[in-house]
Amino acid sequence: MQEKELIPHLYRTEFRKITAVLTRVFGIEHMEVAEDLVGDTFLQAAETWGLKGVPPNPAAWLYTVAKNKAKDMLKHDAIFNQKVVDAVKLASSQTHEIDIDLSGENIKDSQLQMMFAICHPGIPPEAQIGLALRILCGFGIEEIAVAFLSNKETINKRLFRARERLKELNVKIEFPPESEINNRIGNVLTTLYLLFNEGYYSSTKDKVLSKDLCLEAMRLTYMLIENKGTDLPYVNALLSLMCFHASRFEARTNAKGELVLYDEQDTTLWNQELITQGEYYLNKAATGTELSKYHLEAAIAYWHTTTNPDKWEKILPLYNRLLIIEYSPIAALNRTYALAKVYGNEKAIEEAEKLNLDNNHLYHTLLGELYIDIDTDQALQHLESALKLTRSSADKKLITRKIKKLSA
Amino acid sequence: MHEFVMIFRNESVGEIKLSSEGMLTVSKDWENWIGGIAAQNKLASTGARLGGDGKTIRPGNVVTNGPYAEIKEIIGGLIIVKADSIEEAAEMANGCPILSIGGNVEIRNVIAMNN
Repeated sequence: MQEKELIPHLYRTEFRKITAVLTRVFGIEHMEVAEDLVGDTFLQAAETWGLKGVPPNPAAWLYTVAKNKAKDMLKHDAIFNQKVVDAVKLASSQTHEIDIDLSGENIKDSQLQMMFAICHPGIPPEAQIGLALRILCGFGIEEIAVAFLSNKETINKRLFRARERLKELNVKIEFPPESEINNRIGNVLTTLYLLFNEGYYSSTKDKVLSKDLCLEAMRLTYMLIENKGTDLPYVNALLSLMCFHASRFEARTNAKGELVLYDEQDTTLWNQELITQGEYYLNKAATGTELSKYHLEAAIAYWHTTTNPDKWEKILPLYNRLLIIEYSPIAALNRTYALAKVYGNEKAIEEAEKLNLDNNHLYHTLLGELYIDIDTDQALQHLESALKLTRSSADKKLITRKIKKLSA
Repeated sequence: MHEFVMIFRNESVGEIKLSSEGMLTVSKDWENWIGGIAAQNKLASTGARLGGDGKTIRPGNVVTNGPYAEIKEIIGGLIIVKADSIEEAAEMANGCPILSIGGNVEIRNVIAMNN
């Protein structure tokens, strides 16, 4: 790998590891100190490697430099040292030298514990996702800003507030006790799923970046599965669901970057490897007695990856159950679509009109679709309403295309 | 929004012997009907499905078998829905699968606790 690519690559893979370990040593209130220190380490790497060449083991070099910087800081910044030493003393019997353990085992533990700390119900979801991208995924502020269609200042402010909130709440970087894992992991999964969706339904035009968000969400979910205490059925169901969705990543946009609807996708572009992985995790999820919303969504996503002609008959009852567990407008609309596939458009229109989602552009897109062969005027009216309500340019293009086709 | 209980009653016809396909259609109809209410975000509780076993207890330790008191109708189950008015709840009961097999739906308003 060229040096020019090497540093960004290492930044993506190593920043999060060192930051997690250091934050765990320093305490969550010094998260930013840890971030800055690791940032400095990378700056030093860029300078030194440019002059002296890349060391034989670049990651180990980064670990050593970061470790020394941390020890220096603890030695020279007496106030900071006192705070940290006090905190460490409370936590362990260790009294003098603070150990900074950058072994694989400790890196993994620190990252998992960090995941629980960041995905805390006390901070707003979009701040959780921002912090997760920064701390757990090693994204730069710029990238986060692009992903959120925002700017650096806004993201910095949001992250600052989130860090402050973590301090106020005195969130500890630790594993929740076994008895509490079930309570806490729900929020972690919600955040990981939001992160995935941020990439999957992303409005950013940067396809590489949105795919990265999805892959990061999957990587973090996989970390939970790798860890024995969090390898739970619904965690496997979530990863299965992500694999099934991600399998259509290439098929759902065309060369021009426009959205391609499910019915119009080239099924040969569906990624079979991801589908097989999804099936593997879905089978792993099929234990225990709890049928979570992730199980149902994974099962729905599974049927979407098949070309079985009866799949809608399987999908409809799954949506029924999903809605009974947890209502969401998108599930209600998708259920109505499945209903149309099984019982025909007239029946689905009757049900759709009860949904009370007049302000939702997807509601009008669906009705536009359902009315196409029944009442062209109605179809056009709904598509026009959808066009007015949507803010996404990809959706606008798609709807305009339909209107043109219909009025031709 | 207020909550209303929907009580499903049907005449007791003893053990109903349905083919497995018949059973499937019945449960599909119920699932779709309840799914339709849930899709409107108006399902407050899936309530309970009641079986045929029952006893009725009266003062003086008088116990009779069977879930029915005087009438031959038995309660088959109940759900709780959210609606702005009892009229709206009644409207929602249209299409309930029990109506197509001679049963009926009773709707009652729920009185909130601490009121």
